[in-house]
Amino acid sequence: MELKVEGLNVFYGDKKILNDISFNIKSGEITTIIGPNGSGKSTLIKTISRYLKPKGGSIYLDKVNINQINTKEIARNLAVLPQVKDVSSDISVEELVSYGRYPHLKFGKRLSKEDKEIIEWALEKTGLLEMKDRCVVTLSGGERQRAWIAMSLAQKPKILLLDEPTTFLDICYQFEVLELVKELNKTLGITVVMVLHDLNQAARYSDKMLVINNGDLWEYGEPCEIVSENLLKNIFKIDADIYEDKVNNCPYFIPRKITA
Amino acid sequence: MNQQNEKIKKSAILIACMCFSITGFFISIVNGAVKISFVEIVNAIFFEEATVNYQIIMNVRLPRTITASLVGTSLALSGSILQGIMRNPLASPNIIGVSSGAGLMTLIILILFPDYYFLAPLSAFIGALTATLFIYFLAWKQGVATTRLILAGVAVSSLLGAGNNAIMTFYPDKVSGVIGFMVGGLSATNWKHVDMIFPYAIVGIILLLLISNKLNILMLGDEVATGLGLNVEKTKFLFIIISSVLAGAAVSVVGLLGFVGLIVPHITRQLIGSDYRFLIPATIFTGSAVVILCDTLARVMFAPVEIPVGIIMSALGAPFFLYLLRRKKE
Repeated sequence: MELKVEGLNVFYGDKKILNDISFNIKSGEITTIIGPNGSGKSTLIKTISRYLKPKGGSIYLDKVNINQINTKEIARNLAVLPQVKDVSSDISVEELVSYGRYPHLKFGKRLSKEDKEIIEWALEKTGLLEMKDRCVVTLSGGERQRAWIAMSLAQKPKILLLDEPTTFLDICYQFEVLELVKELNKTLGITVVMVLHDLNQAARYSDKMLVINNGDLWEYGEPCEIVSENLLKNIFKIDADIYEDKVNNCPYFIPRKITA
Repeated sequence: MNQQNEKIKKSAILIACMCFSITGFFISIVNGAVKISFVEIVNAIFFEEATVNYQIIMNVRLPRTITASLVGTSLALSGSILQGIMRNPLASPNIIGVSSGAGLMTLIILILFPDYYFLAPLSAFIGALTATLFIYFLAWKQGVATTRLILAGVAVSSLLGAGNNAIMTFYPDKVSGVIGFMVGGLSATNWKHVDMIFPYAIVGIILLLLISNKLNILMLGDEVATGLGLNVEKTKFLFIIISSVLAGAAVSVVGLLGFVGLIVPHITRQLIGSDYRFLIPATIFTGSAVVILCDTLARVMFAPVEIPVGIIMSALGAPFFLYLLRRKKE
């Protein structure tokens, strides 16, 4: 499913956070939003996930303005994994994943056999079948993040939005989560839009990168075009040497020092 | 498989809660200032309509027990919802000002316009709703944050409490008549009171049972709930309205009965877990059982003198509240 953003303006009170953002994300691509702290990247993903209301501009799913679609209908196509999420201490993994079926449930209806199969499928895809009866709070950070991704999968979305899915995770879990995201994108064709802090990870796992700086869209393109001395110097204020990762076919860099 | 066992276990707890409530109901009917044995009660209800026992059972104990049950259910549900949507274990109709709003309006009617006593329930709703909407308005800043909502509730609550005290200061001669109301009591309850609370309690209960899964979704956090296609602001508002209607109905009948809305939801959550599809029905039973039993205690403890049930509730509730505070720190 295609995601199009047109002329997006977002304010917190009087403060303008995003300024006239427009881009078009093709179906089946992984796009990573990057930018320094406070640049507005999380705001952008929160606005696309309709948690924040833009003052101006529109968001389109397959050319239909999301304002014209019922919010439950949107949730059947667009799943969101925010940074801030909460789960009661006695909720099991399977229970959490079953909440992903909420947008598909009719008023007062219980989970059907089909819903249960989809929950099972989501658990299997994320490798959580064995742990489905455990309480979510007892899982490791990486497993917990996988459980939330499984909940999003149970929505059967065509687009998945992830707001810093690797934050607070150890490096091994970070890779586990990103590998899973990549695999879901490859095997199921889910369009992914995420925010990442680690630029090298972003470059490695993305088809496209979108740079937000100071509320403006600075650049949007493939990792090899985006990761440049210019970007690192002007946006992230570091001098770095850029190399090519021939195995993963993507650029990577090693920071040298802070730009004077 | 395990999920299935969990469901069976929870259903069993639910049935136990129901039995607890039914047992409480019978204990309340059997016990009172006048000793009436179980056999006499059966006789009174089914065979001898004109006796004193019949009068006591049918026109005193039965309406009082039913009222206690509905009051308990309403306050407990109200507290359970508030604790859920505010994601704060200390939220309850008393603390966030819903009760004091209803209380002030009822007090105004009882003291200033005693001839219009029949308007008490209506004014209690208006009070509860106004207080709720006011608190909501105060807490609103691009959506409602939980902390702001609770703080605004505490502030409004003390303001309304000051209003209560002012009225009592200006009309000292009428204070003795409303003491029962201030602490929460069920003395002199009759069928009229049942009629007052019944329709609102039933509507609230049915609505809650129908949309309890929305509370589960809300518990995941505002952003997750939005992502799952739940209109968070609208849903929260709907639940706040239901909760103030339930609390308002209860307050208009029983007065400012504290702690039910705090303790009962807690104990019930400990028993059956936080899944609202089980928590709501369980709270219906535990809420009713707790108030029925406390009221029975209030009637028989110093019989023939009876004390307001609010005193019993506070005596049990205050230590429990402190226990919760202590435990949260750990």
